[in-house]
Amino acid sequence: MRRVAVTGIGVVSAFGDTFGEFWTGVAQGASAIRPMTSVPTGSLRFPNAAEAAAFVPARYFDEKEIVYLDRFAQFAAVAAREALVSAGLRAPLGDRAAIVTGCCTGGQSTEDENFLALYAGNQRVSPVTIPRVMGNAGASRISLEFGITGPVYTISTACSSSNHAIGQAFWMVRNGAVDIALAGGSEAPFSLGFLKSWEAMRIVAPDTCRPFSLDRRGLILGEGAAMVVLEPLEAARARGAQIWGEIAGFGMSSDAHHLTQPLAAGAARAMRAALADAAAPPEAVGYINAHGTGTTSNDATETEAIRDVFGVHTARLLVSSTKSMHGHALGAAGALEAAATLAAIRGGIIPPTANFNQPDPACDLDVVPNHPRSAEVEWAMSNSFAFGGLNAVLVLRRA
Amino acid sequence: MPDELATRVIAVIARMQKLPVESITLDQTFAELNIDSLDGINIMFEVENEFGVDIPDEDAKSIRTVRQMAEGIEKLLSMKQTQ
Repeated sequence: MRRVAVTGIGVVSAFGDTFGEFWTGVAQGASAIRPMTSVPTGSLRFPNAAEAAAFVPARYFDEKEIVYLDRFAQFAAVAAREALVSAGLRAPLGDRAAIVTGCCTGGQSTEDENFLALYAGNQRVSPVTIPRVMGNAGASRISLEFGITGPVYTISTACSSSNHAIGQAFWMVRNGAVDIALAGGSEAPFSLGFLKSWEAMRIVAPDTCRPFSLDRRGLILGEGAAMVVLEPLEAARARGAQIWGEIAGFGMSSDAHHLTQPLAAGAARAMRAALADAAAPPEAVGYINAHGTGTTSNDATETEAIRDVFGVHTARLLVSSTKSMHGHALGAAGALEAAATLAAIRGGIIPPTANFNQPDPACDLDVVPNHPRSAEVEWAMSNSFAFGGLNAVLVLRRA
Repeated sequence: MPDELATRVIAVIARMQKLPVESITLDQTFAELNIDSLDGINIMFEVENEFGVDIPDEDAKSIRTVRQMAEGIEKLLSMKQTQ
C-alpha cells in the first residue's frame, strides 16, 4: 500500500480566506468568535459565532457564477483553489484525480430564502434553487473548475462529514484507485431558521466556546471550508512537492445508541480503528485535536473515550480543541481541524484550547489551556463525532 | 402549585411521550418516564409554547422531575405577571 502525503492545504475561516491567516490565529490561541453580523440576533439566545466575515464573493467569482453558487459551495471552491496552488498542481487534473467533500446542510440559506418568498405569497421558486442547494454543489464546482473527471462525491454525516471525506479520499489514494485527491469540507450555516433550530437544542453557548472547562456552556457555530491535496508520498517526493505531513490512518464507527447523546465506547472504537489502520500503537500519539465541542456531554464522553484507548499514556498526551477559536463548522469541522493538526505537527506548535477557565474533573486531560505549547510530535489524531452517533477519526503523521 | 398548572404540564408530557395522562405523577423523575435528553428539550419546547414562557438554558439543565418542571413554570409565570 502507498503512503499518502498532504501536499496542499486551503482554508476559508473566521480568521480570513487563507490557510496562513487561519494557522496564524489558531497557533496563537486567538479566538475568532465575534458578535454575529449576517443574521439578526435579536430573537436568539446566543449572539456570537465564528463567521467568515471577511469573505467577499466578488473577489473570487464573477457575477454570473455567484448566481449559481451558494455560500457553502463558494467556500469549497476558494479553499480548493488555494490547496491546489500550494500543491503546485494545475487544471485539468483528469480521471486519475478525485474529490471527496463533506457538508452537513448544503445550501440551506438558499433554500431558506426561496421558500420564505414562496410562503410569503410568491408563486415561483428560482430554477437555480436545486443546483445551489444540493450537497455536492461544492464538489461539482471544483470538478468543473479543475477538470477533475475521476470519482467525485460528497459525504454528509453531520459533524463528522469532512473526516469521513478525507478518510475516503485517503483510502482511494493509498490503494491506487486515484493518484491525486482533493478532500475536505465546507459549511455556511448562518440563516435565522437554522440558528433557531440550534437554539432549540439548548447546546449553543451564550458567551463563547470553552471546551473541557468546568464553566463550559456549549458550542459556538462557525463557518468556512478546508481542503487538502493528497498524493502518494513517493510521487510527491519525486516531483519535489512541499509535504505538510501524511494521512496515516482512518477509522470509523457508529454508536447505535442515541440520536444526539454520544457514547464513549463508539468514539473509542473509531479511535482504535484509526490507530490500527495506521499501524501505530497508542503510545506513538503525542497530540489529539479533539472533537471538543464545548458541550457538557461531548467533552466528558470524549475524555472517557481517550482514557479508554490510551490508558496510562493519556497522561503524556496533549489534547486541544481548536473549535474554541474557529467555532464548530459542522461539516467543515474535521477538515479545518486536520489543517490545524498538520500545521501543528509540522511546525512543532500545539494550538491551545482557548477560553479555558477552570479544570473539570470529568475532563482530566492536558488540554493545553489558553497558550500554545512547543512540542515535537510525530503522530497525531483528529477526532470527529457526529449527531446520529457517527464517528470518524484520522491519524496524521509528520513528514 | 395550582392543580390546573400541574395538569397542563402532565398533559404536555403525556402527549410528547405517547403515554396515558393517568400514568404520570408530579413526583416521577424524567428517567422513570424514560425521558432522555432529547425528549427533555422537546418537552420543554412544547411546555414553553403551552404557557408562553421562555425557560433559560441554565434552568433547563437542572430539571429532572415533573414537579421541578411544573414549579419552574409557576415561577416563570409569576415573574411574567410582576413585569
